[in-house]
Amino acid sequence: MFDWKWDFTIEILPRLILATFNTLMAAGVGYGIALIVGLIFALAQRTPIRIINWSVREAVEFIRSTPLVLQIFFVFYVGPQFDLRLSPWTAGMIAIGLHYASYLSEVYRAGLESVPQGQWEACRALNLSTRRTYFRIIIPQALPPALPGMGNYLVGIFKDTPMLSVIGVAELMHTANALGSESYRFLEPYTMVGIIFLAISLPTAFGLRTFETWVSKTLGMSKSKK
Amino acid sequence: MTYAEFLNEHGARLIDGSIITVQQTILAALLAIAIALVMGLMRLSSNYVVRSSATVYIEIFRGTSLLVQLYWIFFVLPLFGITLEKFTAGFIAVGMNLGAYGAEVVRGAIQSVPKGQYEAALALNMSPFSRMRRIIFPQALILMLPPWGNLFIELLKATALVSLISVTDLMFQAKQINGTTYLSIEAFGSALVIYYIMSRLVITPGMRWLERALSRHMSRA
Repeated sequence: MFDWKWDFTIEILPRLILATFNTLMAAGVGYGIALIVGLIFALAQRTPIRIINWSVREAVEFIRSTPLVLQIFFVFYVGPQFDLRLSPWTAGMIAIGLHYASYLSEVYRAGLESVPQGQWEACRALNLSTRRTYFRIIIPQALPPALPGMGNYLVGIFKDTPMLSVIGVAELMHTANALGSESYRFLEPYTMVGIIFLAISLPTAFGLRTFETWVSKTLGMSKSKK
Repeated sequence: MTYAEFLNEHGARLIDGSIITVQQTILAALLAIAIALVMGLMRLSSNYVVRSSATVYIEIFRGTSLLVQLYWIFFVLPLFGITLEKFTAGFIAVGMNLGAYGAEVVRGAIQSVPKGQYEAALALNMSPFSRMRRIIFPQALILMLPPWGNLFIELLKATALVSLISVTDLMFQAKQINGTTYLSIEAFGSALVIYYIMSRLVITPGMRWLERALSRHMSRA
């Protein structure tokens, strides 16, 4: 019943490891996009222009409450209708980047809102520029409460990259599917994919927690020195 | 082709798909709640074996992708003699995955019930079971409802993946319509809107209502 074949496992391992790099790249690029666009989403909700606030807020809500896999299909197939051909990689990165950007914007927002109002008022009283207010006062205080959420979504985006296989991005899941249909053996490819995911996501989650305590300690110390 | 014509021609399929999605969501939610309660309580057990087996379950299901778990359950389990219907495999995978996330919610909520409540129940000579059932759990329930609201939305979204093992849910129907008509915006756009309606106009208000009803009930008792 349990016919695990070690020689087959070793045979497919190089291809799976190669695909792991693609998965990591997809997660990295997607997260990079999400970090930047998420910040834009978060700041756009703080502008005094009502129509921008409202439309960004609704867009974020919409993206957050619909399935990522459907968004990936949407981005990939809607382009050609407007004579805009996106490669699977481009479409995938846009979809996953925007999806996580809307999650991260909520994390940023919560972080910014956790800074007491008095800090803003003190900055104004001291006549600090907007730039200095953000970089020296607000962000150092908003960052520690935002870090756990940001870390969770880093692991989250990594675990969602298999969805990119549906439009043919050659990441881990896609490779495992291909290996499975070439050899009619699904046990080893799918199990190995699971193990590779665990082997990356568990240490990452642990590393992120260590990093969080380090950051809040470092920032905390710099505050007490002043 | 106007959108009205599109709906006229393909609306029925979108509705059929939505019904399957709702069924998958409800079944997966029931399974997730059951698993979350069992695993969450097991995580708090004083027995090392019980506690660590729950930890292993939670870490495995939270550490890998739902898609990997779904494919594993659907394609690999038959090799062990367990063959599941695709519909069953779909909601079981989604339920087991979200159940692992829910277990952490349950554990967190039970742990945030003040210590004094345990001590008072102990002082009143309540048995461990009735202490949990009558004192600790009702208070934890109120704390865990808001995170469960988010989890149910995640769960609804996660059911879209079952289309990849050809369960004919909303996502699947949208893909089929797109494949035959090439009307991508209409097909995928309508599906997106239906998912949005289900999560924002059904799950979110439903959970709000439940929270209010429960806290009213608790304050009266």
